Amino acid sequence: MLSEKQVQQIASLARIHLNPNDISFLQKDLEKILDYIDQLNNLDVKDIEPTSHVLPLKNVFRDDVLKESLDQNTALSIAVEKKNGSFKVPKIIE
Amino acid sequence: MNQLKQEFETVIGLEVHLQLNTATKIFCGCANVFGDDPNTNTCPVCLGLPGTLPVLNKQALFSSIKIGLALNCQINPYIKFDRKNYYYPDLPKGYQISQFDLPVAWDGHIDISVGNGQKKTIRIKRAHMEEDAGKLIHDNNADCSLVDYNRTGTPLMEIVTEPDLRFSQEAYDYLHILKLTLQYLNISDCDMEKGSLRCDANISIRPKGQTTLGTKTELKNMNSFKAVKAALEYEEKRHRKVILDGGQISQETLLWDENRQRTLTMRTKEDAHDYRYFSEPDLVPFVVDEKAIQDIKNSLPENPDEKLERFIRDYELSSYDAGILVADLSLANFFEDCAKMYPDTKKICNWINGALLQELNARKLNLKDIDLSVNDFIAIIKKVDGNILSNLAAKDALRYVIDTGKSTEEIIKEKGLAQVSDEGSLLVVIDEVIKENETVVQEIKSGKESAIGFLIGQAMRKTKGKANPKKVGDLIKQKLL
Ligand SMILES: [Zn+2]
Repeated sequence: MLSEKQVQQIASLARIHLNPNDISFLQKDLEKILDYIDQLNNLDVKDIEPTSHVLPLKNVFRDDVLKESLDQNTALSIAVEKKNGSFKVPKIIE
Repeated sequence: MNQLKQEFETVIGLEVHLQLNTATKIFCGCANVFGDDPNTNTCPVCLGLPGTLPVLNKQALFSSIKIGLALNCQINPYIKFDRKNYYYPDLPKGYQISQFDLPVAWDGHIDISVGNGQKKTIRIKRAHMEEDAGKLIHDNNADCSLVDYNRTGTPLMEIVTEPDLRFSQEAYDYLHILKLTLQYLNISDCDMEKGSLRCDANISIRPKGQTTLGTKTELKNMNSFKAVKAALEYEEKRHRKVILDGGQISQETLLWDENRQRTLTMRTKEDAHDYRYFSEPDLVPFVVDEKAIQDIKNSLPENPDEKLERFIRDYELSSYDAGILVADLSLANFFEDCAKMYPDTKKICNWINGALLQELNARKLNLKDIDLSVNDFIAIIKKVDGNILSNLAAKDALRYVIDTGKSTEEIIKEKGLAQVSDEGSLLVVIDEVIKENETVVQEIKSGKESAIGFLIGQAMRKTKGKANPKKVGDLIKQKLL
């Protein structure tokens, strides 16, 4: 069983605010999902090559050729707040 | 065991991030340049807008393979990318495209010198490709941070050593050799000040003889190789003190404070390090066949060791002299260009490693920062050969040529540096000197020939160093002996 703390950590990694009342419900729900995925462990995969991609493609490159970028105003048009040509965000302390 | 007498061994590993000097970013066609106005080199791909797809820059992969080969690594024939998830404003997608289990290159090594002609092999654990993040500027006055996404998507190579380094000096030497090796490949500026080369360090200590590793701390924010060394030395002492006092080192990331010359704890959340890597679904795998790798290997330029050997062999330089030239690629190239124009390679080397380096060091510059032509440099040496410049005047000429950008000929005329060799004018000076120094003249006449040097010195002084000293000596001898 997932602990309450684990559920809270998953929520914080996903940047989701959790209502404390929902935690016990999510504990059970997430547990079911994990059990479902665990079924994969029953499969015999020793003769199957590991796959990292579902498409039968490889080596899709681009040449090192310059393309036009967005101008500063257009780039910043998606910013919630901006200042001095930059995206303005809440203070990050290191 | 007496704890105070306990001997410790230091274990250091280094992670170097290197920005590749491709024209464009790793997954989009935006310019890969430093110093432009903020947010002028971005597009929907590197801003992480929904619905966009990254496409790998072929040149970035080739440069990465070059690095792997130069560091004697195995090259993975099957290359894939992975997502490293973390939430930070400098990362617009909320994840960094990196490589987790199948890096471009792994299991390499480079050698460092450890004195007495001895070498030590430092193993390279892996070298993988990833994209750089944006740049955060902290605005202290206005309680906010500003983000510039120009750097987002700059191709990076992360080069990780095994924990083979035992002293801060070894770490320093490793970084120098690594940087030199990378500079020879011409795949990066390798400029720490511009951030195109960055270094993080891991350090732990353990009682001598123990094989398991002690608890490590990770050091960040060092802006020079010297700072890396200082941070490691500080941390080594701190670990030792904590352990000898009966405490425990806690595993954490520390920031080097250059002003206070000490490490500081980073205030970040504990859970920040759950990266939840998984295969990048937006990029297909890359398969590099044996022949392509061999072609890249054959195209690699001469490495520093090979150049050193060749300089000693072909130009008959001492290993010390050749070492100075090879340690700066632009200096080595300058030397070879000079050697095409002038036969005495030993003399060229003396002028480069002597007068030229002196001028550069005085200005705290490298050769590539100044505009000195091979022609003007060789012209100075030839003027010395032809007795037109004294050694001293030649050094002045070099300084003026560097400062003004004028030609050697112009400078000699303008500054009146040419030696006076004509007998008529020299004799006038010599007669004066003889008249003014009767005692010395008597000494010389009575057999103390070494005192001639004093008279030559006086004549040089009167001509402000322009007299040809050999000629002056000959003329004095003719007069007195
Ligand atoms: Zn872009």
